[in-house]
Amino acid sequence: MTFWGPRGWALGVVNTERWLWWEWVRTHPDDILRALREHVVFTVVAVVGGLVLSAPLAFAGTRRPRLRGAILGLAGAVYTIPSLALFAILVPVFGLQRITVILPLVGYTLLILVRNIIAGLDGVSPSLKEAADGMGFTPLARLLRVELPLALPAIIAGVRIATVTTIGLTTIAAIAGLGGLGQLIVVGLNRPMRTAVTVGAVLSVALAVLADLGLGGLQRALTPWARRER
Amino acid sequence: MEVFGDVLSWFNDRANWRGPSGVAVRLAEHVQVSLAAIVVAMVVALPVAIWLGHKRRFGTLAVNISNIGRALPSFAILAVGSQILGTREVPVIMTTTTFVALVALAIPPLVTNAYVGMAEVPAEVRDAARGMGQSDRQVLFGVELPLAVPLIMAGVRTSAVQVVATATIAAVVGGGGLGRYIIDGFAVQDHVRVVAGAVLVAVLSLATEVTLSGVQRLVTPAGLRASRRTPRIADVSPVDPALQAA
Repeated sequence: MTFWGPRGWALGVVNTERWLWWEWVRTHPDDILRALREHVVFTVVAVVGGLVLSAPLAFAGTRRPRLRGAILGLAGAVYTIPSLALFAILVPVFGLQRITVILPLVGYTLLILVRNIIAGLDGVSPSLKEAADGMGFTPLARLLRVELPLALPAIIAGVRIATVTTIGLTTIAAIAGLGGLGQLIVVGLNRPMRTAVTVGAVLSVALAVLADLGLGGLQRALTPWARRER
Repeated sequence: MEVFGDVLSWFNDRANWRGPSGVAVRLAEHVQVSLAAIVVAMVVALPVAIWLGHKRRFGTLAVNISNIGRALPSFAILAVGSQILGTREVPVIMTTTTFVALVALAIPPLVTNAYVGMAEVPAEVRDAARGMGQSDRQVLFGVELPLAVPLIMAGVRTSAVQVVATATIAAVVGGGGLGRYIIDGFAVQDHVRVVAGAVLVAVLSLATEVTLSGVQRLVTPAGLRASRRTPRIADVSPVDPALQAA
């Protein structure tokens, strides 16, 4: 991964005050696209990694109430630590690497995902579970074929919230010099080049809104029964 | 890794605690602006949200406003805000930009929680109060509000933790607070100062969360505390309208 060094942007007449100076946008497609790509990669890796970790934690939590309290409490404590602080603490440990961004981001998704998966699994009516047992489902088959599909709306709702939250948090990683769309904002503030601030801010909001709408659509498409009930 | 040993020495050096950029002053700045922002946000948002929840109107808007708030990255708001409002420093509130951004970010969770808390008071409870001859006012202040208080406080907690975190980032656009150590430390590649600042910020956030959870427990009516240990709607930040819908 490359980071934005103090290299100059060779420009003829520099118009730093314009909110949107197309000349700058036109001459910096690579910088803008790289920031966007980094942002998307960080977000996707963090949410997928978060899901992989949350699923077993949530399953364990539904089986053992005491474990559930411990898991949610720990995830809640991580969630409370401001992201800039976590990025800042990890920079001297891992340096300016992807892991420095992704580790905290995964940590922040845990509370949201574990809570939603547990809520989804808890919401499955006991009579349905008994019916599945009566039909001779093994515990694993019951989990995969009865409980998980029924918990899906809540799980996707969690993925949706985690994704939008992560997109916002990733913006902050740039303050520690870790890339993403926030890097456009940081560069824009330092240069100063107001257009870069605008582009970074607008793209990060647009990304969050698109992710929210897209996952909302997925939620409806995957769970047609939830729509009928309402 | 030896950074962390140096961080301990940083905390042991009394010079770092005193003076205009010492921990005492930075901490006070951070707490001041956070407190001011959360109080103003509460004064602005709570009466409206409580009233709307009481009347059960504009529910979709009230529930979705925290979705909208989530989609607006705080750093983007601060950066754009600084371009509009400038970065001139103001006593107590750091910069106008910071203050406005903090208030704006604090409002959505307050509105959603207060609305949901009021609107979710069971209809039969309200009807019972009505049937006992209570006026609209008495139902609002004597029945609905006490029952909604735990959720309202959960919103205050969510907002406050977020405000403390965002006040850290605000150091990018000027002003004081604990974020200064992180931002200035990065600027001069002083990782010891960065980590020391990060530790202070983390401790302040956790302290905020723990303190406000305590307050939340204290203001929860005894009857509610006995009937269920936690409020029905997940009280862990952030409130989750999508989950409730699902």
